[in-house]
Amino acid sequence: MSTLTPPERVWWKPLGKEEKIWLTVSIIWALVLFSMMIVWSAAAKQDTPTETYKISTTEFQQLTNTFVQKYQVGQVNGVPVVRPPAGGDVYLLARQFQWYPILELKKGQTYRIHLSSADVQHGFSLQPMNMNFQVLPDYDYVIRLTPAQTGEFYIVCNEFCGLGHHLMSGKIIVKE
Amino acid sequence: MATQQLAFRTCPTTGFKVHLRAEKLIVANAVTAVVFLTLGGIMALLIALTRWEAVHLLSADWYYRLLGAHGMTMLVYWIVFFEIAGLYFGGAVVLNSRLPKPGLGWLAFALMLTGAVMSNVMVLIGQATVMFTAYVPLKAHPLYYLGVVLFAVGAFIAVGLFFASLVVAKVEKRYEGSLPLFTYGLMAAAIIAVFTLVGGVITFVPALLWSLGIFKLYDPGAYRVFFWAFGHPAQQVNLAAMVAIWYALSSLMVGAKPVNEKLSRVAFLLYILFINLGSIHHLLVDPGLHTADRILNTSYFFYLAVVGSMIHAFSIPAGIEIAQRAKGYTHGIFQWLIKAPWKEPGFSALVISMVLFGFLGGVTGVLQGTMQLNILVHNTLRVPAHFHMTVVAGTTLAFMGISYYLIPLMVRRNLVGKAWASVQPYIYGGGLALLFFGMYGAGSLGVPRRTWDTTYSQSIVPGPVFGGEVNIFLALLGIGAVIAVIGGAIFVILMVLTLFFGKKVPIKA
Ligand code: HEM
Ligand SMILES: [Cu+2]
Ligand SMILES: [Cu+2]
Repeated sequence: MSTLTPPERVWWKPLGKEEKIWLTVSIIWALVLFSMMIVWSAAAKQDTPTETYKISTTEFQQLTNTFVQKYQVGQVNGVPVVRPPAGGDVYLLARQFQWYPILELKKGQTYRIHLSSADVQHGFSLQPMNMNFQVLPDYDYVIRLTPAQTGEFYIVCNEFCGLGHHLMSGKIIVKE
Repeated sequence: MATQQLAFRTCPTTGFKVHLRAEKLIVANAVTAVVFLTLGGIMALLIALTRWEAVHLLSADWYYRLLGAHGMTMLVYWIVFFEIAGLYFGGAVVLNSRLPKPGLGWLAFALMLTGAVMSNVMVLIGQATVMFTAYVPLKAHPLYYLGVVLFAVGAFIAVGLFFASLVVAKVEKRYEGSLPLFTYGLMAAAIIAVFTLVGGVITFVPALLWSLGIFKLYDPGAYRVFFWAFGHPAQQVNLAAMVAIWYALSSLMVGAKPVNEKLSRVAFLLYILFINLGSIHHLLVDPGLHTADRILNTSYFFYLAVVGSMIHAFSIPAGIEIAQRAKGYTHGIFQWLIKAPWKEPGFSALVISMVLFGFLGGVTGVLQGTMQLNILVHNTLRVPAHFHMTVVAGTTLAFMGISYYLIPLMVRRNLVGKAWASVQPYIYGGGLALLFFGMYGAGSLGVPRRTWDTTYSQSIVPGPVFGGEVNIFLALLGIGAVIAVIGGAIFVILMVLTLFFGKKVPIKA
């Protein structure tokens, strides 16, 4: 008998003691892991956001442009810097190969950041926090963000989006 | 008697009755697999030397092309061709039976090869720089999608042939009672392969129509759900096939028997039932999915599939220990392990594969598959770190380990360069472990995967985004890759030498 030959006729034998212990421990551990996700979900504030709306790429670009016109306070290398009202809606457009616009947020305020794409899929990756979300065209993905520190934070793209993917960056500036 | 007239020969080493027409198919599929492994390995070296910032070898364009080709060549072509060889071996040879309709096997082979070459050529000429995930609306040339579909159809036929061979063996009473555990494990893999391949067709046929302009729109969110309904179970095919090979190696190397057939078989059943759940762990930070879906699916339904792996993690080492103790290695707690055949490439490959797969691949997988932790991991280099421990150090190394026995057996030649073979798994595994730590470290600091350059010096909003410490990890990635590629090259060279120059073993009817 081996793993390469047929087993004996009756192979459904009861488990040994060690096997029972191992199996019990494994199952208990599996349940612990499972409950952890639920506990974190119910008790913590760091869940994956679940607010999503369908939106066309043109509509999202219009919303972003209006948002930029209304609240622009400056520019860096031609990219507008936008200071939205504290606690309001914020539009961040991903497009080949840029995060548009640069945002200036206030520490301790909660914003609703709308993420979407004008063309292909992108990856929102906020550094150095290292928070990552997938960004799709046609989907308005809303993330609630409360900056806890002041400073300048980069957004890079971590989903391959074309030959200039490694150039795609953006910024969030957090002030007191 | 001339060889052509024989339907079967008896293998002098194992005593298996080998169906000669099955044998040819096994050799063709296995050799093709090794060719793809070689191509994929060359690409691996080039892209790894590009990510090593100090070397930064390729141009951006070529890095992206070769990265896409590496993923497809390795994860799909190398692995699936080898699995098909394994299925024919487990379905015909191990059961002392025959492969019905070998002609269909050749049709499958031709479709798979055509598809693989077609899609890879499109990637290499720059018409399909979309990575193997090909997330819409990033568009590739229609022939790319067609190639993938042809490959999937071919693989589907091959899997069907495997099921037919099981039926034939049963009907013709080629074996008594139940299937051997090895073939049972392969059958689990083949069942998962069926819904995997259906998923593949559901994903790629609309993509083909969309790239031809027949469909105007392919919803990017829906595509991701479809794609991972294919891409996720595809990895579980690899998992089940790898575990089946672990069992086979434990028997071949030390004569291990299944400790408890029932438990091991139930573990494979858990894979079949619960593994396809889990596909959402690729979509944990996507828009649009409900938290409850994410938690239930990504936990593999309360981690029941993970319990399956825990069972194998117990049963295989236990089987080895019992077999070794029966040989008289009973001194102390660990004599059985110390006296194990560490110089047999099959044994070292088995142990390294199990350790790296379990402790680095499996553990990181369960961690980053946790909904909340995934936010820190998604699309960083931690992701390829994880799967180079599962499909490379785990599956690929296990496949290499069994190749040292299977391929000489099937080509009827003795293995060339046994001494090199006995160090190969250590080199390959060691290099991969370094690669893992490099990728994992950089990824933990946020460095993205699939990105040619992470200095962002030419961007509109210029970097530096990452501190200098990431360069240490990226260098580790590069050094590990060089070592692993040397290990991979030793394997390929030994296989080629054996195929052409191995001492011939006479054939017996
Ligand atoms: C010597 C062995 C290998 C080395 C050194 C190696 C190295 C690498 C490197 C450096 C990357 C690029 C990571 C990035 O920049 O995002 C990569 C990606 C990848 N590798 Fe490997 N690899 C090896 C073998 C394999 C094997 C055997 C498989 C599959 C069975 C595999 C599957 C993949 C996949 C699927 C990707 C991701 C491609 C993508 O992001 O589209 N690799 N590998
Ligand atoms: Cu990108
Ligand atoms: Cu998966």
